[in-house]
Amino acid sequence: MFSHTFLLNQLWKIQHEEGYLSDKAIRLLSRQTGRSWVDLEGVISFYHFFRRKPAGRFLIFLNNSILSEFAGFPEVLKAFQESTGAHLNQTDPTDTFTLQMASCIGLSDVEPAALINWRPFINLTPEKVHHLIHQLKSGTDIDDLADRPLSDAYPNDEENKRLMIRPYQEGMAISKLIRMSPDEVIKEIMEAGLTGLGGAFFPTHLKWQSCRNQADPEKYIVCNADEGEPGTFKDRFLILKYPGLLLEGMITAGFAVGARQGVIYLRGEYQYLIPKIKDAIRHFKNEGWLGNDACGIPGFDFDIDLVIGAGAYICGEETALLESLEGHRGEPRPRVHYPTERGYLGKPTVVNNVETLCTAARILEQGFEPYLNTRHPDSPGTKLFSIAGDCLYPGIYEITWGITVGALLERCGAVDPYAIQISGPSGELIPASWKDRMLGLHDLRCGGSVMIYNRQRDLLQILQNYNRFFMQESCGVCTPCRAGNYMLSVQLRKMERGLASTEDVDKMNDWAKLMEYNSRCGLGQTAPKAIIQAAQRFPEIMDQHTRTKNAPFDLDLATSAYDRIINELR
Amino acid sequence: MKKVTFYIDDQPCQAEDGKNFVDAAAENGISIPSLCYYPHIDPPLATCRVCTVAIGGQPRAACSLKVSEGLRVQVNTPDLIENRKAILELIFAEGNHFCPACEKSGDCDLQHLAYESGITYSRFPHTFVDRIVDFKPERLVIDHNRCILCKRCVEEFVTDSGKKVFSYHRRGGRTEVNVDYELEAEMSDKELTRAMRLCPVGAILLRGKSESRPFGDRKYDKPESQEAIPLTTPVEKPVVPAKKKVVATASLAGCFGCHMSMLDIDLGLLDLIELVSFDKSPLTDIKRFSRHVDIGLIEGGCCNSENIENLEYFREHCDILVSVGECAIWGGLPAMRNTISLEACLEEAYLHSPVTRNAQHIIPNHEDIPKILDRVYPCHEVVKIDYHIPGCPPSAQHIWKVVQNILFGTKYDVIYPEFKYD
Repeated sequence: MFSHTFLLNQLWKIQHEEGYLSDKAIRLLSRQTGRSWVDLEGVISFYHFFRRKPAGRFLIFLNNSILSEFAGFPEVLKAFQESTGAHLNQTDPTDTFTLQMASCIGLSDVEPAALINWRPFINLTPEKVHHLIHQLKSGTDIDDLADRPLSDAYPNDEENKRLMIRPYQEGMAISKLIRMSPDEVIKEIMEAGLTGLGGAFFPTHLKWQSCRNQADPEKYIVCNADEGEPGTFKDRFLILKYPGLLLEGMITAGFAVGARQGVIYLRGEYQYLIPKIKDAIRHFKNEGWLGNDACGIPGFDFDIDLVIGAGAYICGEETALLESLEGHRGEPRPRVHYPTERGYLGKPTVVNNVETLCTAARILEQGFEPYLNTRHPDSPGTKLFSIAGDCLYPGIYEITWGITVGALLERCGAVDPYAIQISGPSGELIPASWKDRMLGLHDLRCGGSVMIYNRQRDLLQILQNYNRFFMQESCGVCTPCRAGNYMLSVQLRKMERGLASTEDVDKMNDWAKLMEYNSRCGLGQTAPKAIIQAAQRFPEIMDQHTRTKNAPFDLDLATSAYDRIINELR
Repeated sequence: MKKVTFYIDDQPCQAEDGKNFVDAAAENGISIPSLCYYPHIDPPLATCRVCTVAIGGQPRAACSLKVSEGLRVQVNTPDLIENRKAILELIFAEGNHFCPACEKSGDCDLQHLAYESGITYSRFPHTFVDRIVDFKPERLVIDHNRCILCKRCVEEFVTDSGKKVFSYHRRGGRTEVNVDYELEAEMSDKELTRAMRLCPVGAILLRGKSESRPFGDRKYDKPESQEAIPLTTPVEKPVVPAKKKVVATASLAGCFGCHMSMLDIDLGLLDLIELVSFDKSPLTDIKRFSRHVDIGLIEGGCCNSENIENLEYFREHCDILVSVGECAIWGGLPAMRNTISLEACLEEAYLHSPVTRNAQHIIPNHEDIPKILDRVYPCHEVVKIDYHIPGCPPSAQHIWKVVQNILFGTKYDVIYPEFKYD
């Protein structure tokens, strides 16, 4: 029978061939998979990038993240609308262009950015857009027009700690691996003190060991390449620059836990990286590093597959990712079992982030001593940060854990910084004046995204953008997250209109805490974090938007619709 | 199975090791409210979050917990009770729950839990999302206005060949539950009835069988119950009257049903007249306030600019303002238009209705006519409201008790039959 898994790849294939997912296609798929119509519709409608209606010849997704907004999103959107003749979420009359928005597409250092037919277009200006659309209309090949977004990379300023951004020679980690036993590999990772670099800081060796300990012989390594946190783009960099390193990391993990199959779950926004990964996999197979007796290790059969996500931030949550891999809606599972106990298809599964796997390979390659030799005993090692926003040198930075906020701002050339968003909207919103605070497990945790806002930026605009992001990306399963984000949006809009009383702001805080306390997964629990932190850490800004006394009812707004209708009739 | 001892709010309890915590608590006489959980569901769905409890201060969904030796769980601390109440209010605000017009009223788990929690109004702004009522299935009707997305039906109804009959559709605030039309047509009446019963609200209805029990004899009505509803808003220190208290009333976008209910105080009315005098009110036909008023009772929400002015006028002149009835509390039946654009409403009413003769194509407007608001607003979104008396209309007893409590500090317990949303 047709496998339930990899349904996403199947859907992508149909959509790439036919432009959309027609009723006919669903009927056929329903027969092939033995799944009901309503079930498949449920899956398709969950993912932002799947379409049930035909699109124009060019499908445009313009990024609406906060950094894009600050870099000129409104003007660029207008330019797209004028030059294509398509309204937002619509196709122009000639069926040539379809214009849509997308949550952060991982190009924060080169905003505003858009994907057109899944190819990246960066540093957009109204002029560039007009020119681009003109070229497309006149038949220029889109591949000739697309940009190549390889970010600027800044190696660690401490020369002896350049662990990741350094020349890569493929097969080095594997050459070490073949001389080790699985237990030795896990021990090596343990002694290095590697923890999950997606932001959770969970010790990698514990995860691997737990999976290795399971009796079930069928085990999986899943690479989480679904970085969707606004402001992050380090995995894109790693895959573009060191695709082989990622595969070596997966092989290492596979060997350590005794898995036979690895899967890379790549976010749909990064489809232009597919050739890179596929070429690398092909090359590794030719070298004998993948396949039966992989790396020449007798009995170690290991292969890697690629599954493409379709526009759902929540799938970066590991259990949602597993659901998605299995061809379901990307809803986080209730926390009953760890993925290492029951993960993909109910089998023991290690889910690791791209950077974690790459680092594991680097540790094998260079030994763990350089990794240990760092500033803070609690957080050994280095980390890639993707820094963007109001700074002179946005890009990828390798830093040593324990770096201070002040040093970080200096390194990237922050211009008049006022606030910094660490780890994306669900992380920490801090004042730039916290110069002595350190980044690391023991102080400010970070998954990699750093967004810098200068003094001219409007905090309320930032919070409203975050709020829209979470409303868009909530999976909709639990009440507090599904409804709570909307409730917060009502209060934020009151503030925007200057009609929020101090009581309204208190309410907003209470509701934010309600979400934090009751939501079913990390997304809902952290969605209101920036609002809570803004109230605590930037009270002066919040006060500017707040009336102290009871604000009057917004009668103008409430009667505006009526006035407009009557005027139009006259 | 081995019995273990665990603790709920420090009280020792006993149950089988590994038993679901909601069931184990119930066995020990402690009911934990939940909407998505139902017996034999494993793993639990944990979607509604109403059952949130705490272990060592950390929140956990009770339905996802299993009993083990020595487990200590906080269930009924004041904070947790308040937290659960807020989640229930959130559910009410998110959907379009018009209890007075719902077949399931009286048999509805959501309504029942809200009664038990003493919810008089929702602290959250109602979303009034435009949702459809799906009549396409052959025998079922799916009313998306009422669906709370608990996922029970999605999880429970799978065909013998493993096909899902129900599924979530879309995501975020736009999530809804759809039914597979083909599979629905193949289901037996018995199964469909089971689907209707499994739904904790009135979202899944079986045509011709929607009222499982006649009105007046409903599962959760408890007509004889003297059990008090746990209301948290009685006045602590009422002012002892030195002279006659003054009361005013108004009917905004309402039907005067609540005023009729006030008159149903019957003989109490005679006592009332001894104790209070009326100022501005439809009962007295006094149009303007002649003095400061102790308590204003507002029926109806705000649908036009005059309602807003009137309500603000009341707020200025009344010490205490009370929303009486569903319309004042959240818009009620007039708010059914809130899911439709004002433009569509006016066009349907004045221009395109088959019975309208309007050759000049006019929507009434004049500077002397109040402007219609974009939607119907509950009173507490316009001015500060001190108390809410739910019901459509509220029972006379409930109104009378609140007034007595506010003015004279009389004991304030509303019993089950007096506390209703319909």
